[in-house]
Formats: sequence, structure tokens, C-alpha cells
Amino acid sequence: MSKAHVYKRDHINTDEIIPARYLNTDDEAELVKHCLEDLDTDFVNKVQSGDIIVSGEDFGCGSSREHAVWAIRGAGVQTVIAKSFARIFYRNAINNGFYIIELPEAPEKINDGDELEIDYKAGLIKNKTAGIDIKFAPLPDFALEIIEAGGLLNKLAKKNC
Amino acid sequence: MAMTITEKMLAKAAGKEKVAPGQLIDAKIDIVMCVDVTTPPAISMLAERGIDRVFDKEKIVVTPDHFQPAKDIKSAELHKRLDEWARRHKIKHYYKIGRAGVCHALLPEQGHIRPGEVIVGPDSHTCTYGAFAAFSTGIGSTDAAAAIATGQLWFKVPASMKIVLNGSLGPGVYSKDIILAIIARIGVDGALYKAMEFVGPALAKMSMEARMTITNMAIEAGAKNGIIGFDKETKQYLDEHLRDKTNYTIFESDKDAKYDSVEEFDCSAIEPMVALPHLPSGGVPIGDCAGKAMDQAYIGSCTNGRIEDLRIAAKILKGKQVAIRTIIVPATPTIWKQAKDEGLFDIFYDAGCVIAAPTCGACLGGFMGVLAAGEKCVSTTNRNFVGRMGHPKSEVYLASPATTAASAIEGKLADPRKYL
Ligand code: SF4
Repeated sequence: MSKAHVYKRDHINTDEIIPARYLNTDDEAELVKHCLEDLDTDFVNKVQSGDIIVSGEDFGCGSSREHAVWAIRGAGVQTVIAKSFARIFYRNAINNGFYIIELPEAPEKINDGDELEIDYKAGLIKNKTAGIDIKFAPLPDFALEIIEAGGLLNKLAKKNC
Repeated sequence: MAMTITEKMLAKAAGKEKVAPGQLIDAKIDIVMCVDVTTPPAISMLAERGIDRVFDKEKIVVTPDHFQPAKDIKSAELHKRLDEWARRHKIKHYYKIGRAGVCHALLPEQGHIRPGEVIVGPDSHTCTYGAFAAFSTGIGSTDAAAAIATGQLWFKVPASMKIVLNGSLGPGVYSKDIILAIIARIGVDGALYKAMEFVGPALAKMSMEARMTITNMAIEAGAKNGIIGFDKETKQYLDEHLRDKTNYTIFESDKDAKYDSVEEFDCSAIEPMVALPHLPSGGVPIGDCAGKAMDQAYIGSCTNGRIEDLRIAAKILKGKQVAIRTIIVPATPTIWKQAKDEGLFDIFYDAGCVIAAPTCGACLGGFMGVLAAGEKCVSTTNRNFVGRMGHPKSEVYLASPATTAASAIEGKLADPRKYL
């Protein structure tokens, strides 16, 4: 069961996702404890493996810290669906092999607590709670290539062998 | 086909005649800038995959800055990892403590930034170097790892947005006020994914330091890079600072190059600005917010921690007393020494300020001036997000060094023009 955690606001920044006071480490298990702490102190208690974050415009703006992607992924989140993403967060997600979904109508069609099922290949989100299907444009091919390789560095390592 | 300066630089880096917005390219990287928070993870990622190598030990510049000198055990461990790696690979330009400084102030000052080149670094304000007619952009740790190992990175060529700066700056108005006014108009995603190209007569009269404040904050409008063309001022700075005096390539936008949009600003009409919490786009003229009580003033960072900024602040603080905690952080050791030699430290000391060693420190809520719940800080930094300088219930007000110094004297947001 994949539950949606909806934060309708725009411009959720990487300082909110993982505050700089925790950047003295890059240990994912440590980062996870503080995921989204300055936005929703309860998030780490309620998130379950496979859950999904849904948000507004410009998700992940601000600092380039990849720790934001690691904290979210480490918390078990399978994907982030947002109206749009900030540039560096978008790169970081793809480079980590973490699939993200750009969907302008996301906050209107998905409510907090909705149960979702995502078919990444088909570009389809089934909102089981609302009983609707939502189409999304899959990531471009170059991004899929990186994701399929398990991230940019794995792609690089393979090329090197 | 006509191209913008950004497109020309990326075309060169990709070894192509021309590129167009939206095109994916593999670009050759000239400089990789490495700092303490985001580079150690990159180093570990490479080691884990057995690709522990550097593409060119002379093209990587390393400086610990965010938490340096180490603020706690964990950050000391980050520094140790960075140090061991830099020594093992014999990185030529490794700035150890004593010579280390806030990256975006340090690299141009030490002559590592050359026009026409491609510079990346795992820090979002890497866009600062665009002031030197170079392509520079912030990346994440994985990108940094790839750039360190291969000297190549994938990019999507950005569309360009032209920002025309007309008129000239009035007394008490600085480049920080201009960029805050720009972001207040276009918003924190007003230039999302784009190249922000700054042109116009107001720029011609700005020093390189003042220009760096503008390109530094291009990311606060969501831009991929900020860019300012080459002129006399650029040449003079480079003549004084460049390490490698060999020829560099000067690119400029074609007259008929295509822009997604053009925004014009009359700088003569812009007043000292303050960005209210919690977004850099919260800028309002000082007249609309003067009198708001503050608990701390912070003068430093990659936005406004350079010598020119300290001189501006000192001029206002001279012979006065600060009413609130005021923390001055010269961005690099050279700036620190210059400020000391010029007698600025005496002015700051007499006014009741504390002077720190070069560090990012409290700009990102690290140390050296972290805020408690409910506290308000007027700051020359670039971000006023929730919790940016400390407690999630603290507030940051972004302003120029002049406005920050004037506010320090009054203990509340104040118009610097009455102290000129
Ligand atoms: S001074 Fe602040 S904004 Fe600049 S690099 Fe350091 S933490 Fe980032």
C-alpha cells in the first residue's frame, strides 16, 4: 500500500527537506531521522516504505545538497510527484536512479492519505482512493538510461569495465 | 544561427559548432570546485565503485568552508576525508585551513576563474563565477563525483532570459539591492532552468565584486547560471588575479540571439531592499519595513563577505555603537588580512562587533551565529528559508552590507542612506 503525503505548497526547499544543521554527516541512516523535519516534524513517524510525496511547484529548490534525495529515498519514499522540480534536485534524483514525476495537476488530483499505484513504464498513476487514473509524461530517455543503470556513477562504472 | 554567450560556451565545451536550448550535451569541464559538505560523499561514491581517480589534479580546486574550522566531531570527520583524498591525489590547488575560505569568494580571488570556461561545483551558488563571462553552475555530489573522475558532465542547454539593468544606482543602493529587486519581481522560480544574462549600462559601473553579488543569487530565481559579459572591468580584475596568464576565450551574445524573455529594470528607481522571511523573493523597499526590531546582524558569506562589502559596512559603523549582536565574517584569509591592514577591524571592534575567521558558518545555520527560536537576523547572505540560520522559528532578513550595518546600529531595520 503506497500512501500519498501531500504538501500543497510551492518552493519546498532542501533546507526544509534536510536542514543544514544535520549536514555534518552524509550517513543516510542519520539523515533519514530528520527528513522533512522543518516542514513536518511528524513525517518520519508516519512515512511507510513505498509511500509517495506530492507537492507543488519548484520542489527541492535552494541548496544543491544531494542529502535531500538521500533522506527522502532513505525514508522509504518511492517517488516524489510535484508540479515542477528545481533544477539541481531534478538532476540529483536522476543521478541517484530515483524516479521523480512531474505532474502539473498533482496537488488537485491527489489528496493527503490517498492510496496510489504507479505504473512507471505506462506513465500512469492509479489513485485508488479517488478511483481515477492520472496520466503523466515519463522521464526522457537519457534520464531513463541513467535510472536503469542504477544511477550516473553505476553507468560510469559499467562503461569503465 | 545566432547564439547567446551561454550557448556559445556550452557549444565549445561540447566540441560542437552550435547548440540550441533543450539540447542534451556532454560538456568538457575546466574546473571542479570542491567543498567540505558535499565533496566527501562524492569521494566515497567513487571509492565504492572502484573508480577512485581524478581527471586532472590541476583542475580541481579544494577548500573546506561550510563548517571550517571544524565545528564538531562529525564535521571534523568530513574534513579528514576531504584532506586524505586531496593529499592522496596530490590535488594542486588545495586550500588548507589558514588559506581556505568561502569557495565562491576564494576561487576568483585566487585566480581560478577564466572567461569562456566551464566551472562546476557541488554547491548551488557556483553560479557566482558567471560574473567573469564563464559558464558556471551548481551540481550535486553524484555529478561532482562524475566530474572529478571524468572531467565531463551531461547538460541540457538552457534557454536564456535577458535582464537589462538601466540607469545607475543611487547613493546607499548596491548590487545586492538590485538582485533582491529582480528576484522580488520575477520570483524564486522566475528563471527556472534558464540562463540569466545580465546586461545594461548600470553594470558597466559596477566592480567585479558587486557583479559577483548579482550572479551569486541567480540560483535564488531558479536559474541554471547567471552570466555577465566581458568588459574593461573584467579584464582589469583578471590581470590582477589570474594564475594562468595564457589566453582565454571571450564570448559574447550575438545581436540577434534568442531570449525566452526580457526584463528591464530602472536601477535609478531601486531603493535599498530587504527580503522578508521566508523566501529571497520577499524583497520590499526599506521604507516599507524600517523599524522592525532585530536580534542579530550578520555581515559575510559568498554574497557579501568580500573586502568591498566590509569597507561599505565599516564606513557606516565608524564611530558608532551596534545595538545588537553583530558578526563580521571576512570570506577569505586574504580579505581578512586586507580588512585588518586597512584598519577595518579597529572600526568593527570599537563599534562592538565580533570578527570571525573565514567560514560559511551561520549563513547555513552551521555555527558562529546560529539563531534561537523567535530571533530575527538581518543578514548579507542569500537565503532566508525557514530554519536557514538556526531554529525553524527564527527569521532571516536579507539586505546589503550597508543596510545591515545601519540596522546593527539601530537594532532594527534601518535605511543606510542616513548614515552616508
Ligand atoms: S556562504 Fe552561505 S550560501 Fe555561500 S557557499 Fe557558504 S553556505 Fe552557501
